[in-house]
Amino acid sequence: MKKNLLAAAAALLLAGGVTSSAIAADKLKVGFIYLGPVGDLGWTYQHELARQAVVKEFGDKIETTFLENVPEGPDAERAVEQLVRAGNKLIFTTSFGYMDPTLKVAKKYPNVHFEHCSGYKRDKNMSTYSARWYQGRYIQGEIAAKMSKAGVLGYIGSFPIPEVVSGINATMIGAQTVNPNIKVKIIWVNSWFDPGKEADAAKALLDQGADIIMQHTDSPAAMQIAGERGKLAFGQDSEMIKFGPKAQLTSILDTWAPYYIERVKAELDGTWKSGDTWGGLETKMFEMAPYTNMPDDVKKTAEDTQAAIAAGKLHPFKCPVVAQDGKDVECKGGDHLADDQILGMNFYVKGIDDKLPGK
Amino acid sequence: MQLVLEKRAERSRTVALISPLIAIGLTIVTMTILFAVMGKNPILALYVYFIAPLADGYSLQEIAVKATPLVMIAIGLSLCYLANAWNIGAEGQFLMGAVAGSWIAVKTQGTEAGHWVLPAMLLLGAIAGALYALIPAICKVRFGASEILTSLMLVYVADLLLDYLVRGPWRDPQGFNFPTTAEFDPVATVPTLIEGGRLHLGSILALIVVAAGAVLLGRTIKGFEIRVVGAAPRAARFGGFNANQLILLTFAISGALSGLAGIIEVAGPVGHLQPGISPGYGFTAIIVAFLGRLNPVGILIAGLFLALTFIGGEQAQIAMKIPLDVTKVFQGVLLFYVLACDSLILYRFRIIFSAPQVARGTH
Repeated sequence: MKKNLLAAAAALLLAGGVTSSAIAADKLKVGFIYLGPVGDLGWTYQHELARQAVVKEFGDKIETTFLENVPEGPDAERAVEQLVRAGNKLIFTTSFGYMDPTLKVAKKYPNVHFEHCSGYKRDKNMSTYSARWYQGRYIQGEIAAKMSKAGVLGYIGSFPIPEVVSGINATMIGAQTVNPNIKVKIIWVNSWFDPGKEADAAKALLDQGADIIMQHTDSPAAMQIAGERGKLAFGQDSEMIKFGPKAQLTSILDTWAPYYIERVKAELDGTWKSGDTWGGLETKMFEMAPYTNMPDDVKKTAEDTQAAIAAGKLHPFKCPVVAQDGKDVECKGGDHLADDQILGMNFYVKGIDDKLPGK
Repeated sequence: MQLVLEKRAERSRTVALISPLIAIGLTIVTMTILFAVMGKNPILALYVYFIAPLADGYSLQEIAVKATPLVMIAIGLSLCYLANAWNIGAEGQFLMGAVAGSWIAVKTQGTEAGHWVLPAMLLLGAIAGALYALIPAICKVRFGASEILTSLMLVYVADLLLDYLVRGPWRDPQGFNFPTTAEFDPVATVPTLIEGGRLHLGSILALIVVAAGAVLLGRTIKGFEIRVVGAAPRAARFGGFNANQLILLTFAISGALSGLAGIIEVAGPVGHLQPGISPGYGFTAIIVAFLGRLNPVGILIAGLFLALTFIGGEQAQIAMKIPLDVTKVFQGVLLFYVLACDSLILYRFRIIFSAPQVARGTH
């Protein structure tokens, strides 16, 4: 019996191996590494939607594979390398913490191309890509200031890294154009995805008098709390309107599909080149969900601001940017802060009555 | 009628030996059914999980890399548990060792420091882990505080300390403020053993630890004391063994091994200090310790086996698009059967018919 079973297994494998490699010969294999589960309804889910869009676009010409829930520690390098060894020629690693592991594997396999999301280290065969979400935050700040009766915003932060800090600053700068005395309360949950903590943070912020909830974490928990309490909130990463039909004002939508399709196409055409893509509203690297639960004039302002940013007429970090200590921040980008200053932002702007952790 | 679990008068050695095999057999049967229900080829799936990772050098290396910290920590934990000292905070000791060892790496970065750096890091990591483990041990011995709670709570303290350091003083100046130190210098890095692979010196140290654990428990008086104190505290008291001293000793050894595992992981596969250096090794190692029946060789096998399921699970995701959740179900089912089989070796079910009910039956 045992022998038969083994023989059957061997036969199956042989058959399976032969057929799959025969098909795979002219198929481009594209791999993805995800931080969360594909069903997180936030960050990872948006990458998964983009993968599905890629599959739809190229159909039989490619084969995609993903590894989900890969922690940003010692396991990441193995996960990336497993994809390489399985024959993937283009690999998207979709979280900041995969930067060094991706780079290590990239150096080892010069013929495989890598796309790393939101990092700053690159190589001949390793590109980086990210989105200028701070543009969306500026619009949200404007809306929030117009919609808040209390003049207090509640902000749920994940980790005090530059991307999140620049989001808070852009929000405040946007809000201050409407209400110079706007206040923000910030709670750090030290996690990207922890629905329990996010919900607790939302409750605490509302209890402290905030009436608009903004978040830089990935689950819809805060949106649900805001909805239950009859308050307003902004979604994050994905469309969260179904978690707060009466609460969501808008949401920053990570729309990776156009970029992924472009890169896969380049790989198929043999024109893939390493580069750094940091796109914003102008290239639809992210989009804003429909403006809802707000009066028409607020909606109009938001749409105008969005159009102005997309057209390059308005820069959220236009100089002078005043830091918390009242001093102007050095203006390295002409009439606005340079990209490097935004990518490495570790100060709060004036008007934020809080201390940046680690400062 | 009542169903009760009754201790067996004697335990069969043969059954005790083959019980893990029974558990694995039952797991395979269960998973076969599950795969079939999912519409996946069960034989192919089991092959991808269990056999394929063993069939090529790369995966074997990765299994060793994954098992190294688990085995190292679990050996230390087994000494604690044998002595009835419940160290649940290996994760914290792991992080503390990583932090302390990294201190040398960070301070010598970019200097001319020579080959003393790595040995010093490993030593300091082990010492820091031991000292950190002694906190709950001393609280236990001196004040009677539950070591389960104190050791567990110290995990979070270590976690936050690491977090503070990499966001603050030790942050990579070129790192755009992201929470990580700069990559360690080559002299501060655990060397790999095979060109192009990730197998590193730490795996050899883990094997030495296993051997040392086996010698300690099987061939020395201290090892005997540890086992007696745990198995028969009264007998140990009559024998003049000092239980408190053994709690301190086993906690210190366990902490040292966890700390060593921590700094090896940071200076090896990761290459720099950052939050999230441990995907829960300190807790998974508790499972490894018990899966290995608190026996050094058993722990080695259990560690390798658990690592195999991780690697196999990844390959199943890639090759057969089997979701990660199935791997977790798989590990859960395996643990369930191992514990169930163990229980049934020590205990047996007995059905007691109505007699007790009659006795209670008067209103």
